[in-house]
Amino acid sequence: MAEATTLSRLAERLKNFPVSGNVKIMEVCGTHTVAIRRFGLQHLLPAGVRLVSGPGCPVCVTPDSYIDEAVALARQGVVITSFGDMLRVPGSSSSLEKERAAGADIRAVYSPLDALKIAVDCGRETVFLAVGFETTAPVIAAVAMKTLEKKIANFSLLTALRLVPPALKALTALGSAAASSRGIASDIRLSGFLLPGHVSAIIGKQAYDFLPEQRLPGVISGFSAADIITSLLLLLEMHNKGIYRIMNNYPRVVRDSGNEKSRAILAEVFEPVDAEWRGLGFIANSGLDLKPAYAALDSRHRFVIKTASASPRTDCRCGDVLRGLIDPPACPLFNKVCRPDQPLGPCMVSAEGSCSAWVTYG
Amino acid sequence: MCLAVPMKVIEINGDMAVVESSGLSRKVGIMLLDKVKLNDWVLIHAGFAISKLTKKQARETLAIFEEGRFFG
Repeated sequence: MAEATTLSRLAERLKNFPVSGNVKIMEVCGTHTVAIRRFGLQHLLPAGVRLVSGPGCPVCVTPDSYIDEAVALARQGVVITSFGDMLRVPGSSSSLEKERAAGADIRAVYSPLDALKIAVDCGRETVFLAVGFETTAPVIAAVAMKTLEKKIANFSLLTALRLVPPALKALTALGSAAASSRGIASDIRLSGFLLPGHVSAIIGKQAYDFLPEQRLPGVISGFSAADIITSLLLLLEMHNKGIYRIMNNYPRVVRDSGNEKSRAILAEVFEPVDAEWRGLGFIANSGLDLKPAYAALDSRHRFVIKTASASPRTDCRCGDVLRGLIDPPACPLFNKVCRPDQPLGPCMVSAEGSCSAWVTYG
Repeated sequence: MCLAVPMKVIEINGDMAVVESSGLSRKVGIMLLDKVKLNDWVLIHAGFAISKLTKKQARETLAIFEEGRFFG
């Protein structure tokens, strides 16, 4: 009861928070996107404040070309293991779900450890689709180390791991360029970031130091309604006072310094590479690839993967949604031909995609 | 995708542990964390403990907002 009272007081406070000018806050994490819409927090925003979703859903930012590679591998008869979210994502000509219906051996797993166990049990070439951000990358690194340690020879990784700070840097650079050229994209200029809780548990607060340098505040947030409301209050207060800081509003989980041991294991196995993001294009050092000592685990080394060059879908506007340029209903396909039960684009496929969250929670 | 849940460590075997929450238990990797001990609460993501929870509760954060002091 006391908690409900506190929550309603916080909600009132947000609703009535006096804000100067227009404020556009980007939530970077797909789990935040879902939480915001599930709790209906978008209805608590004071006048002048907008929340937009950023490139925070790994499934959504993974380009078509990656799905095409996975499909090509599935057709070669290897066992494909993946987090379940990836299976329905359409590539340029097929999806893993369709390939499975056509007889390919494709299995959804909760953990890459389960994928490794499948490899050991079935004895066939098994590929794990290594997709995710800094939260997931150390987990996959730990499994890569185990694979070499135990000399398991039939397990490999098709990597598409992505790093959050380089994408935020690219987005803020877009915003500054747009603001100075006053082009059609000038609306991309952001006022601050609701920063991802579990990515930050690994990378820590200092990973976002480049934001205050660009006069942008950021708040690392947990996922409860109270976490998100208080984080938004902190962002609005910083906006009003012209304070540009990174604040950790999730200290029960996130150490300011992050998780050094996880980062060390990650750095033992992976190194940064330039990588493609849906909607953002290629961003320098924004992906992770296996280091030479782990090259034996690279599916791209182990197999010849032939894909036709992917042609981008022109009518799906997932890329614009991921840059915070449009809200999902502005896409001509939204909730008409592209729906959660029949998704055409990745922002609708993933339960954490912005389009899916808009349809599911209204 | 970065979903993670807090669970309590009830058994440790080398670099693996059994964790439990609300009557559910599972085996997870603990090599991504330093010094995991029995009864620690850890955050589980994709089969691994990735962070240790501190005693610092949300209530403390809430108290600051109740008092209305953000930046002094």
